[in-house]
Amino acid sequence: MSRSVLLKGGRVIDPSQSLDETADVLIVGDKVEAIGARVANDASNRDGLETIECAGLVVSPGFIDVHCHLREPGREEVETIATGARAAVAGGFTSVCAMPNTDPVTDNQAAVGFIIRQGTIANAARVYPVGAISLGQRGESLAEFGEMVAAGAVAVSDDGRPVESAHLMRTALEYARTFGIPVADHCEEPTLAKGGAMNEGVVSARLGLKGVPAEAEEIMAIRDILLARRTGGHIHLCHMSTRGSVELIRWGKDRGINVTAEVCPHHISLTEDAVEDYNTNAKMNPPLRTADDVAALQQAVRDGTIDLIATDHAPHHYDEKEREFADAPNGIIGLETALAVNITWLVAPGIIDLSLLVERMSCAPARVYKLPGGTLRRGAVADVTVFDAETKWVVEPSRFKSKGRNTPYAGQTLQGLARCTLVGGRVAHRRDE
Amino acid sequence: MTPSLGKDLLGLERLSGDQIKLILDTAEPFKEISERAIKKVPTLRGATIVNLFFEASTRTRVSFEFAEKRLSADTVNVAASGSSVSKGETLVDTARNLEAMRIDMVVIRHGASGAAQFLADRIESNVINAGDGTHEHPTQGLLDMLTLRDHFGKLDGIKVCIVGDVMHSRVARSGIWGLTKMGAEVGVCGPRSLLPNAIDEMGVKVFNRVEEAIEWADALNILRLQLERMTAGYIPSLREYNRVFGVSRERLDRAKRDILILHPGPMNRGVEIDSDVADGPFSVILEQVTNGVAVRMAVLYLLSGGKPELAESAKRGGAGDR
Repeated sequence: MSRSVLLKGGRVIDPSQSLDETADVLIVGDKVEAIGARVANDASNRDGLETIECAGLVVSPGFIDVHCHLREPGREEVETIATGARAAVAGGFTSVCAMPNTDPVTDNQAAVGFIIRQGTIANAARVYPVGAISLGQRGESLAEFGEMVAAGAVAVSDDGRPVESAHLMRTALEYARTFGIPVADHCEEPTLAKGGAMNEGVVSARLGLKGVPAEAEEIMAIRDILLARRTGGHIHLCHMSTRGSVELIRWGKDRGINVTAEVCPHHISLTEDAVEDYNTNAKMNPPLRTADDVAALQQAVRDGTIDLIATDHAPHHYDEKEREFADAPNGIIGLETALAVNITWLVAPGIIDLSLLVERMSCAPARVYKLPGGTLRRGAVADVTVFDAETKWVVEPSRFKSKGRNTPYAGQTLQGLARCTLVGGRVAHRRDE
Repeated sequence: MTPSLGKDLLGLERLSGDQIKLILDTAEPFKEISERAIKKVPTLRGATIVNLFFEASTRTRVSFEFAEKRLSADTVNVAASGSSVSKGETLVDTARNLEAMRIDMVVIRHGASGAAQFLADRIESNVINAGDGTHEHPTQGLLDMLTLRDHFGKLDGIKVCIVGDVMHSRVARSGIWGLTKMGAEVGVCGPRSLLPNAIDEMGVKVFNRVEEAIEWADALNILRLQLERMTAGYIPSLREYNRVFGVSRERLDRAKRDILILHPGPMNRGVEIDSDVADGPFSVILEQVTNGVAVRMAVLYLLSGGKPELAESAKRGGAGDR
């Protein structure tokens, strides 16, 4: 008979059915069977029922990260699909989308199939491949979207680098319509961003570092939005970092253009001041911006201009970050801190409530990328996150499941912790202490 | 109580006005040593200093080396080419290896902003920044201030305009921080494409035209214009730069008063500065070089634990407590 799990007495928050109440959730096999106040009684005589006490905890549809870098194939010493998928469940994510800037690039059906296989073997979070827009991410000719989608790709992106050619972006948006997938762009006007190591502003001027102006992102964001208008394709804008981008996305949405956007936890919590003392763990692309940008992004998460939160989890070897700032690689890890950063900087100050947090971390990613999950409706796949929204903990990178240690939050006290993560009804992560 | 400098000298942004004054005052007694027939005192005898130069430098490296030798320190010069650095060794490994040889101080020149701090955070020895990328060049800022003080008798209230490629200049940043802390008014002048966008937030006056800067200033610190700024598209040509921003005798004469001329070197004669200005009566460019040795002796002395009040006796032979 099917295995069953009872999540007992938690605060069930499921924005997909406007639910926020204390209830039990019964999972049978890999599906949600029932939610309600009396489910526990009805289930009590089931054989082999595993009961997980959830009093004082939040039970929500599992978090979905549409943007992470798992480094396999090519940089297995930095992260593997298995360590990344384990880091994901440790952070409360039941699904992650792996960006294609691997070595070799995920630009064909065989490469997509490899990632699916490694994800299955890892048996932690579900791993969905994102295929490249262009062959080798060289920005020249389209990769075979059709075959990649058939093999399991859920989106296309040349992330890590921008699509420089407006013509290529246009054809990608048009061609992707056949397969109903989003085209995710890393917005960066290369001639403006060239050589930049941090946000262009007073801090870069003081530190003597070349800056990347906000306009490098905004110019590409509006180009993409206009091309989405022209083509009717779905443009998804990755890791938005400026107030100007928020205003441009709002402009596009107001006109009914098919644009969605994500923000990373670090861009709603930290400013360029974190780079002070040349801290390479505060170096990422797009860079940390100003307090005004952070405020605009927080409000955009609240009002829905930004659809969802994604980590841009980007592990690097510690040696690579232990060097001169301008020469250090971009990126920080995020899977195991995202929930806590979002609670600490969005929920605790009252900018959004927990229900909206679940919407932005679970429901919206499922909707935008058309993935299973994002709901606890009866019959839905049993991807569930049980988290403690109150507990405070100190970030100790050495405890991460990820191989990466590159986080700007090391040593900080954050609020909120994933206690239990179920993927397809199976407990993939437990942390009780 | 006299302020100390702490372990390192990384930049002037983090120093207080008192600390800057301490260095300038300490440099005064050291000036005289370089005028003697036997230019040597035993102050830093037994101390080992590594001059770690990842970028080519003649003036600064030689100036530091003379300062060290005139204080009797044992010095080693390491240049990036021909060392383990050219074999791909990382900066952190270079630092650890030097540290393992039990050295007392490192003078570092490096092309990356923040490199001096990176080193200072990782080794116990004193670190002196001899120029890091486009960040700071504190001893240059100090010697500029010493030269200005020699001439004006004070720094408070004088007007100094930094002319040229402020964006890429570590000399400009050290100058802005140091002079403002000492109460001077600081202006900058140059093509907007070579001024940081956020220059207005750095507490300086901005001049679009060099004529206006000359009209305003008591002294001009004229920066070297690197040839590569033209190839990188920041300015159209060196010729036009000279015509619009070059400091010429003709432009200075229009001010109808004496304006002190500083240049950190090496000069591009006929580009940012005309020869008759560089060699003219108000040029203190060579005094800057002379003062550079005294300022660096003062910095070495203070960082090694020398007591400012003993600087006078140190030059007679007594070492400070180290």
